[in-house]
Amino acid sequence: MMPAVSNKSERDRGQPKETVLKIRHLYKSFGENHVLIDFNMDLYRGENVVVLGKSGSGKSVLIKCIIGLIKPDKGMVEMFGKSIPKLNDAELDQVMARVGFLFQSNALYDSMTIRENLEFPLRRHMLDITQKEVNTIVMEALKDVGLSHTVDLMPAELSGGMRKRIALARTLILRPDIILYDEPTTGLDPVTAKEIIGLMLDIQKKYNTSSIIISHDMNCLRLTGDRVIVLMNGTNHVTGTYQEIINHEDPAVKEFFE
Amino acid sequence: MAQANSIKAFLGQTGQIFRFAGRFFNQVFKPRYEVAEFFRQCYIIGYRSMPLIGLTGFIMGLVITMQLRPSMVSYGVESQLPAIIGIAMVREIAPVITALIFAGKIGSSIGAELGSMKVSEQIDAMKVSGTNPFKYLVVTRVLATTLMLPILTILSDAISLYGSYIGVNISGNISFNLFWTQIFNNLAYYDVIPAFIKTFFFGFAVGIIGCFKGYTTQKGTAGVGRSANSAVVISSIMIFILDLLAVQITELLGFN
Repeated sequence: MMPAVSNKSERDRGQPKETVLKIRHLYKSFGENHVLIDFNMDLYRGENVVVLGKSGSGKSVLIKCIIGLIKPDKGMVEMFGKSIPKLNDAELDQVMARVGFLFQSNALYDSMTIRENLEFPLRRHMLDITQKEVNTIVMEALKDVGLSHTVDLMPAELSGGMRKRIALARTLILRPDIILYDEPTTGLDPVTAKEIIGLMLDIQKKYNTSSIIISHDMNCLRLTGDRVIVLMNGTNHVTGTYQEIINHEDPAVKEFFE
Repeated sequence: MAQANSIKAFLGQTGQIFRFAGRFFNQVFKPRYEVAEFFRQCYIIGYRSMPLIGLTGFIMGLVITMQLRPSMVSYGVESQLPAIIGIAMVREIAPVITALIFAGKIGSSIGAELGSMKVSEQIDAMKVSGTNPFKYLVVTRVLATTLMLPILTILSDAISLYGSYIGVNISGNISFNLFWTQIFNNLAYYDVIPAFIKTFFFGFAVGIIGCFKGYTTQKGTAGVGRSANSAVVISSIMIFILDLLAVQITELLGFN
């Protein structure tokens, strides 16, 4: 049974939007630890959904189940109409080329320069691309995040905020339709966090991407979330707009805003 | 009880390493072939190890000769020194010592590099980028260690024998030509070939164990140190076990 979903843009326009991601009855356990229990959600084109939850509530497990890094025990994850757990490696690669994932730790390749970090996904997915085209795309992605001058540096030479922006540039390099953000502002100072949030909004506006943002940063939630899902006890406890969530009566939800 | 648990853990880990090696053989022949990364690893693992292997080989040859010479002189068989050193170096000392140095340098480096990539989610990032990380990281490194160690051993053989030539000439006097003629006259194919073949197995063991420990790293940065350390320890033990097996097999085949 899907919980009631209220979508701001959908209500405004009065017409259904294209569903790019559909999750139904998702279960995942690690031994006796039941992390996801009957989790459901939809993501529409051009929409930002923030998944809010306490540490250890299964937010990162959810996002990794979506992208195929963790295999769910049960349930359906459907992206662009294709069931993720049922795809073979080649089919999964094709779908994943349309999905960007910003890791909490950035996951930049330490042994590669920034240019090589950004080239890596391009070379894997676009086999017949020329070096000139690669250079153009890399520089454009770096320009999007305002770090063109770092192209020949190593990740270790950059600050935390710069590394986050480079990771975002790498996420964008294949022009994904869906971007999954795992705690994009965690560990950043408020000013840098605000810059990252600004970039996320710019990217969505420029490329009309859909996003799932895992976060417990209230600023990020307020500024980016078209919809908010509160993940509690392994399931989508409450779903609604930011305003609906902050005014919610449930004490467990209120706790997040106190 | 503690002993039973240790035995259980040892057998469990041995099984996992064999499974990991099985996965390597399953993936190595399937496309996509990571040729560029393989050559990059050959450069890092092989070419960049040459100075260390060369230096240790030279010192090894020099020292063993200087240690052995007084005894040979006292028995009046000093003239046999090049032949004895040549056979000992080529058959046993150079392959095993080179493999142990290789395990220390490359095994630990692979364990730490892959371990660090694992805990910082770089391996997951590769999967998301449409790359098979096992093929890209493990297959290329294991192939490179398997092929580079025999080449490094040949280098070590040559340099250690040159070190031996210097060692002989510190206290004695033998011409360069005579020294090498004595070595080659006393070396047979069955001295060289089995010793050369076993280095492929040593290289494979160093690569597969380093990759296994790195790829299965857990428990954060502390786990990375443990992976690097245990990669060296297990590889070194494995080199001695493989050497023992190699000696038994060559004897059974009548090559001794």
